[in-house]
Amino acid sequence: MDEDRTAIGHDDVEAQIAEWLAYLHRRRELSSADSEELEDHLRNRIAELTEAGLAPGEAFLVAVKRVGSLDALTHEFAREHSERLWKQLVLSGGGEEPHAGRTDLLAALGWALAAAVAVKVPAAFGWSLQDDPAFYARNAGLFALLPLLGYFARRRRASHATMAVLAALGVVGIVAANAYPLTDDAPVTLLTSLHLPIALWLTVGIAYVGGDWRSGSRRMDFIRFTGEWFIYYVLIALGGGVLAALTLGTFDAIGLRAEDFVGSWLLPCGAVGAVVVAAWLVEAKQGVIENMAPVLTQVFTPLFVLALLGFVGGVLWTRSTVDVERDVLILFDLVLVVVVGLLLYGISAREPAAAPGWFDRLQLLLVVAALLTDAVVLVAVGHRIGQFGFSANRTAALGENLVLLGNLAWSAWLLLGFVRTRARFAAVERWQTGYLVVYAAWAWAVVLVFPPVFGFS
Amino acid sequence: MHITKDLVAASTTPLVLGILAEGESYGYAILKQVGELSGGRLEWTDGLLYPLLHRLERLGHVDAVWRTPEGGRRRKYYRITDQGRAELVEHHHQWAAVTDALQRVWDRAQSVGQPVAPVRPAPAG
Repeated sequence: MDEDRTAIGHDDVEAQIAEWLAYLHRRRELSSADSEELEDHLRNRIAELTEAGLAPGEAFLVAVKRVGSLDALTHEFAREHSERLWKQLVLSGGGEEPHAGRTDLLAALGWALAAAVAVKVPAAFGWSLQDDPAFYARNAGLFALLPLLGYFARRRRASHATMAVLAALGVVGIVAANAYPLTDDAPVTLLTSLHLPIALWLTVGIAYVGGDWRSGSRRMDFIRFTGEWFIYYVLIALGGGVLAALTLGTFDAIGLRAEDFVGSWLLPCGAVGAVVVAAWLVEAKQGVIENMAPVLTQVFTPLFVLALLGFVGGVLWTRSTVDVERDVLILFDLVLVVVVGLLLYGISAREPAAAPGWFDRLQLLLVVAALLTDAVVLVAVGHRIGQFGFSANRTAALGENLVLLGNLAWSAWLLLGFVRTRARFAAVERWQTGYLVVYAAWAWAVVLVFPPVFGFS
Repeated sequence: MHITKDLVAASTTPLVLGILAEGESYGYAILKQVGELSGGRLEWTDGLLYPLLHRLERLGHVDAVWRTPEGGRRRKYYRITDQGRAELVEHHHQWAAVTDALQRVWDRAQSVGQPVAPVRPAPAG
């Protein structure tokens, strides 16, 4: 009783059906299985109508009309499958190539597991987290980022030359963290723990772009990746915090103390494993979900402009000088980092060819406000720097300030040119992607040069 | 004769379940049977059958499998479940109550002489 006279034999009707199907495929509410089912229906109807004597073209029109308006249809499908209106990222890796997705997930989990094991290896030789926290602080960047380096080097199928460079930089990192006779409470120890992760992160960038680190657009990809990765990592960390707290609480309720397990297994292993998992998530969802960092940038740029202008206004109004405490530079370094971040992620989502708009002017204002703020601070610090002397920490803070200031000053100039339509936006983008090298050079310099210069204790 | 949208909407689920109770079928064949059962008077918008079938599938009243008949296209077949049969019985009771009540209304109207034709109720399918 199955009538399978589906072949119509007329090319133009086939073309019309193909067009109709293409239209269906554009509707997110309809899965490909749904359109297949509807196509089967349409072909059956056309076959029946042509049998009854209609010309194929007419049969197609009648059949399409009887299927009903596609708006009404998709509306019904949307009511039945509302989940399809939310782009889903399922852990199986998405629908198109489920197999490739799974292999990739397994690779990521493998590297995450390797990271979790590696962070526990020193404990087997007596360096436990409790006994030697300084060792773990110095090496945190290595534990977290070397597996990520490996993950991307493999995933991008980096050339042998790139692999060699990455391996060499990894070894330099290991040497820098462990070969210098750093005492645990030396200021340079803290500097190494802070700067080695930055240096290694930019090394991960080389692996991320598959060795093509000279390309500006690939660098911009890595910047986008960094923003999304950060957001995912924070989200995973929040989830991990809930997991740890609940583990502690529930075990406590039955009289078991889980502090040791949580403190020396769950948190360290989870923290390093999540680095790779977050990277995998960003890779997997790249085309599925809108980037989040630029959205946050758009929200926070106006707010930071207000805060910074408020600060400058406050200084002018009260004629107060900045209270130059020892760590004031670090605070304002962080302000500049946030401003550079806002600038960067504003740029990362921008269509380079678009004409200057209100957001570009706002960004210019942000940069100018940041420059004014920093000028106020630098003037205040400049008076006193001789008095404090150039310790390792202060030199690093000042250096960072100058590195960021240089970036922002030239960015302001380029943005001004762009807003006045004298320059192209690509110049701003090129400046920012080019500047990554400066960050890398500075971070490696702090890690490698500061300890011998400022002493190890 | 035109049957109003509300009546069509109310009768779709029992019709589809009833047709599937006779054996598994697929969308187009179900529509054909609806046409035959109603003597062509029950007109559905073809496309809307499919969201309905998917809803019945989600509710667990029907199961669906993709099968490829020899030399044909892949096609999605629907089959009623035990839960679907129970649902059909429930629908049957409700509709019986409604038609009983309506029948009394028609009878009474007839006896006071008001023209509520047709004299014979619509031919059962």
